Amino acid sequence: MAKVIYKVGDDISTDIIYPGRYMATVLPTETPQFAFDDIEELNSSLNSKPKDESAVLIGGRNFGCGSSREQAASTLKGHNLTIVAKDFARIFLQNSINLGLNTIICPTIEADQGDELEILPGKVINKTKGKSFDTIPLPAARKAIVDAGGLIPYTQKLLKERT
Amino acid sequence: MSQTIVQKILAKASGRQSVEPGEVLEPKVSLAMSHENAALVLNQFQEIYKDLDCPAKVWNPSKIAIIFDHRVPAESKKTATNQKKVRNFINEQGITKFHDIRGDEGGICHQILPESGYVLPGSLIVGTDSHTTTHGALGAFSFGIGATEMASVWALGNILNVEVPATIKVVINGELPKYVTPKDIILHLIGKISAEGANFKVLEFHGTTIQNMPTSGRLTICNMAVEAGATSGIVPPDAETVRYLREEAGFTGEIELLQPDKDAQYDTIVEIDATKLEPQIACPHTVDNVKPVSEVEGIKIHQVVIGSCTNGRLDDIAQAADILRGKKVDKSVRMLVFPASSRIYTQAVEAGYVTDLMKAGAVVMNSGCGPCLGVHQGALGDGETALATTNRNFKGRMGNPVSDVYLASPVVAAYSALFGVISNPLKGGK
Repeated sequence: MAKVIYKVGDDISTDIIYPGRYMATVLPTETPQFAFDDIEELNSSLNSKPKDESAVLIGGRNFGCGSSREQAASTLKGHNLTIVAKDFARIFLQNSINLGLNTIICPTIEADQGDELEILPGKVINKTKGKSFDTIPLPAARKAIVDAGGLIPYTQKLLKERT
Repeated sequence: MSQTIVQKILAKASGRQSVEPGEVLEPKVSLAMSHENAALVLNQFQEIYKDLDCPAKVWNPSKIAIIFDHRVPAESKKTATNQKKVRNFINEQGITKFHDIRGDEGGICHQILPESGYVLPGSLIVGTDSHTTTHGALGAFSFGIGATEMASVWALGNILNVEVPATIKVVINGELPKYVTPKDIILHLIGKISAEGANFKVLEFHGTTIQNMPTSGRLTICNMAVEAGATSGIVPPDAETVRYLREEAGFTGEIELLQPDKDAQYDTIVEIDATKLEPQIACPHTVDNVKPVSEVEGIKIHQVVIGSCTNGRLDDIAQAADILRGKKVDKSVRMLVFPASSRIYTQAVEAGYVTDLMKAGAVVMNSGCGPCLGVHQGALGDGETALATTNRNFKGRMGNPVSDVYLASPVVAAYSALFGVISNPLKGGK
């Protein structure tokens, strides 16, 4: 069970998630402080939340569009967020899978700030609204990366097989 | 089986006869490009090797390109130190395709790659920049990836988990009217199919307008394919591609002109009549909020930016110079010009364009990504508006979340600079 910390609209770009002015900061340990820096309310609730406490961010369509900057995924992972969105832009989704940021594709999701969600295989249950929404599973090949714990361990596994 | 051009490239790179949309492959990479974010890539690369017994060597140093363009010269000690780390890594690994900030061979990655002859038709290119779609202009399958994915490519030489994309065929026919440019075609297309209209798909460009277009314009169109969500844009290579590679890129090797099959299967077909287009503007804050310039005339602008990987090529600068020659940029406007490469800058100096622009009041900056993404120079003040030939107008993009960015061609941008408001060159006045 996790609480919705915030809800954003459609076409949330990586410039909004992680503004370009912080792009010289690259390390996943340092990026979380700048998450959604231009949405002050969201930035401060993320930075005041205990890092290990999980929370859900609700996105609309085309979440993560724009730049390929991986900081957009690492900054959200650093806050232990799950992103439930109607759909995602390609590079952001792949970056999230590679880094182990939990992304749920849920085309019909209805949820508002403060709602309690239960995320199960194949569906998201909004306990507050008493409704259930189907999710779209990741393709098998991408699931292999998730199951390996991210792209770094997956690549390590392939390198070991080659030598 | 009949295939699109991208299917053929993916089949070749995967050692297969043919592939079908939806299949997942691990193709070999022909070229792996990064810019300053190589600092993050190398951090992730070292993470991969941290617990392994084998030495941390890249798979093939001649197939990696690194171009410093996002923050040149360095704007902070953090950037300068990141750049230093990357230079050290380049030396250790023997990476040869490195373009530092230099007046002879520096520039923006998406111009350096084609003009240096690094992009060949039929090749598979990945880059840690979303506008890596640009290189489809020369018939390559070229797409943006993240830094960890690039670290994996540096280690393996393969890109993992590539799903064969479906392809949208875009057919553009007819001669472009006066003052209408390749930028207007791509803005119109993005407005028509939306910012996610090509998500996870390829845009393959056909038609007489494309066939008669120089590589420069094709680069502009493929550059912005990602703004419709496309994995890549691609133009079937032809005689113009060969001309560009031989005459402009100085490439002397063999060139294979891989073509899509006549009966290839397309997801959808989109047709555009180029003769009916007028100059287009993408309005804040999404690239698909596109209107003809006649609907947005008169909006006050404070900054004009001409340049970037989208529209910083010699013909773009020539168009701006032709409009501004002997005239003055309005006193209420700051006009910044960023040539896409040092080579183009030199050509613009030799052709007299730089003098024309400077006498008109524009400032010609060193080649780089500059204000396009608000990381270095040219930020907007609160409540200000920019008209730019760049590729994104997202909220906060030009360094300030309470500012507006409109996107247009160099023709509309230069013409509007004269009046301080968005202006329609078709009308010959404000």
